[in-house]
Amino acid sequence: MFNNLTDKLESAFKNIKGEGRINELNIANTLKDIRRALIDADVNYKIAKEFTDKVKEKAVGEKVLNAISPGQLMVKIVKDELASLMGGTQAAFSISGKPAIILIAGLQGSGKTTLSGKLAYFLKNKKGKNPLLVAADVYRPAAINQLHVLGEQVGVDVYSESDNKDVVLIAQNAIAEAKKLNKNVVIIDTAGRLAIDEEMMTEVAHIKEAVNPSEILFVVDSMTGQDAVNTAKAFNDRLDFTGVVLTKLDGDTRGGAALSIKYTVEKPIKFVSNGEKMEMLDEFYPERMAQRILGMGDITSLVEKAQENYDEEQAKKLEKKIRRNQFDFQDFLEQLQQIKKMGNLKDIMGMIPGMGKAIKDVDIKDDAFKGIEAIIKSMTPFERANPDIITQSRRQRLARGSGKDISEINALMKQFDQMRQMMKNMNKMPIPKMPGFKR
Amino acid sequence: MKSCSEHTGTAFVFLKYSITIYSYSMGLFGKIFGKKEKESLEKGMEKTRTGFLSKITKAIAGKSTVDEEVLDELETALIAADVGLDTTIHIINQVEKRVKEDKYVSTSELNTLLKDEIAQLLVDHSKADEPASIPKPYVILVVGVNGVGKTTTIGKLAYQFKQAGKSVMLGAADTFRAAAVDQLTIWSERAGVPIIKQPMGSDPAAVAFDAAKSAVAKDIDVLLIDTAGRLQNKQHLMDELSKIKRSITKVIPGAPHEVMLVLDGSTGQNALEQARQFTAATDVSALVITKLDGTAKGGVVLAIAHQFQIPVKYIGVGEKIDELLSFDKKAFVDTLFE
Ligand SMILES: Nc1nc2c(ncn2[C@@H]2O[C@H](COP(=O)(O)OP(=O)(O)OP(=O)(O)O)[C@@H](O)[C@H]2O)c(=O)[nH]1
Ligand SMILES: [Mg+2]
Repeated sequence: MFNNLTDKLESAFKNIKGEGRINELNIANTLKDIRRALIDADVNYKIAKEFTDKVKEKAVGEKVLNAISPGQLMVKIVKDELASLMGGTQAAFSISGKPAIILIAGLQGSGKTTLSGKLAYFLKNKKGKNPLLVAADVYRPAAINQLHVLGEQVGVDVYSESDNKDVVLIAQNAIAEAKKLNKNVVIIDTAGRLAIDEEMMTEVAHIKEAVNPSEILFVVDSMTGQDAVNTAKAFNDRLDFTGVVLTKLDGDTRGGAALSIKYTVEKPIKFVSNGEKMEMLDEFYPERMAQRILGMGDITSLVEKAQENYDEEQAKKLEKKIRRNQFDFQDFLEQLQQIKKMGNLKDIMGMIPGMGKAIKDVDIKDDAFKGIEAIIKSMTPFERANPDIITQSRRQRLARGSGKDISEINALMKQFDQMRQMMKNMNKMPIPKMPGFKR
Repeated sequence: MKSCSEHTGTAFVFLKYSITIYSYSMGLFGKIFGKKEKESLEKGMEKTRTGFLSKITKAIAGKSTVDEEVLDELETALIAADVGLDTTIHIINQVEKRVKEDKYVSTSELNTLLKDEIAQLLVDHSKADEPASIPKPYVILVVGVNGVGKTTTIGKLAYQFKQAGKSVMLGAADTFRAAAVDQLTIWSERAGVPIIKQPMGSDPAAVAFDAAKSAVAKDIDVLLIDTAGRLQNKQHLMDELSKIKRSITKVIPGAPHEVMLVLDGSTGQNALEQARQFTAATDVSALVITKLDGTAKGGVVLAIAHQFQIPVKYIGVGEKIDELLSFDKKAFVDTLFE
């Protein structure tokens, strides 16, 4: 609905140019827009209201400076407030106790078993621990098997009892076993349950009492709608959990549930799960989440993805070339190949701010760059390095060489020119501050 | 750890790089953009119903006429049920229009009005439910994001069809998620129906192909095919789904006869995106909304019906094999405002 809240706010504020300050009157519509953007992102409607009230308090009276437009200022206030609400005190992940016990709980299908496997992987490989996984979901068909398979994948032992339905006993036996095996962390995967299922909620509360966990993680699907607050509250009332894990963040949900939950239970979001592979577990970055909720794209993740796939040397070389306005076709070709390495083209473009919605309905084929590559590949090295010398006759040759129409060659040349022009302009800009970057 | 300046340096390069790609692709896809722009319903349901209904009832309690405030509260109730902004606004506008036309509308008439409007959203789009002659085997492909309840729904459906005297077969085309085949196998045992499976990691399209062949050979009435959960923004996984579908068509022209998208009733607005993308990949023909035994309101049904004209066929109201109900639009709306 809101492709870009920033754009929207920009235009909403056009009329207050010259007023100098944000006031109750000129902010009213804007607040409505913000509230709607939040609701559209699945933030609970009550929280969205309280949030905009807070933003109003912060914004009214703010001086509108020349350097920054009122729209941008508002976005900044909103984003900062969102981030600070979702972040706050970053409680450490507690793995004390001999062994330390971690209890995993949540609704059906929220991703508990996968998370259990990921945690085991994380603790083993990143924290040097020796964990034991415990299968305490005795209800869902093949749940025990699922955990065994994941345990095998990450090289962590799994404790289960096939004939026992008493999960409290299973948990206790598992801890005894862990002690025997010298395990220092025990991760207990439990069955999914509805917050209103009295019997099942009592069961998980009993497990808690029996094993005294140092961490109780509430696992919640990031696509959850307005109901997130009810569920989080019910689980928190029963378990007083220590942290929240947001799952399936590799999807395209805006993830407003993150704000709703944090706001309601005031418990830190300790991890985010963003993929089906065992190593895909991440810290929670409030700033990124704020941008995501506001539909501002996820430039930080994009940058990270680039860093993962980018060769530092090559990046420096490229940066130099761009700075000197020497970006040529060879560089362009290399870039295209880099992008392809980064994965699915549409996914990547989706991370570019403002692009997300625009490409939703467009069928971007992964071989979208094939034609361009073919044209560049039929250039001589000299032509690639000197785009300006590619005259009409050379273009004719390129068309024949690549099997393309001359108009396509011309279009490419024109676009390449525009691109270089844009880079030139960018060079005049100061280095932008990257959101969420550790400094 | 890399140093700060290096981070910023790389970031800067990448920023340019992304803008470059961005601008380039805008040029590249410009034409496309332009074109596109132009263009015993009992236990479980009760909770859904009472939640929804009590909100609305509360909204109009103590009022005799529909005024601005009543509409506001109605709006809130719809939003709180995950109906979403667009559809909520649509419903409110419709109600408002009628209120204006009729000058005086009592709050009890509002119930009827609302019922009308919501029924229209749901009923208008329902296609002819059952074809005159049901093809054999009737193939149902079940798709959806991770953890929504696909496998469970298949178990429940198998049981229902079997109870109705049909011969049923399952195809285990989720060869990806750990122990997925084991899970479906247990359901096949519970329902007492055969299952076609291959080892984990096999090509899911090949499993679907096999299952279709086998269903034809064994003269099966209904073939239900399970697929791995996948997020709708992962193009390669959506392509895989299209491929699974094509492999079924290869064996049985016209199949799958039904592509069921399973949605989790507690999902928010992303469900719309799921409906959109899964439809693009597999031509979804019906929806199943699960977990309506929880506190979530399932209002997403309205939003999806409003935008995509896909009928809801079943709702899941528990984890047991018989906890799947046919979605009865009339009953749904009727009971919503009883
Ligand atoms: N309460 C309730 N739970 C349900 C319902 N339908 C499914 N579930 C539960 O939701 C969880 C996930 O269900 P699955 O059937 O494994 O979901 P799936 O879509 O096949 O999952 P993946 O194959 O992992 O993507 C299980 O614990 C089910 O028991 C329902 O209607 N109500
Ligand atoms: Mg499944």
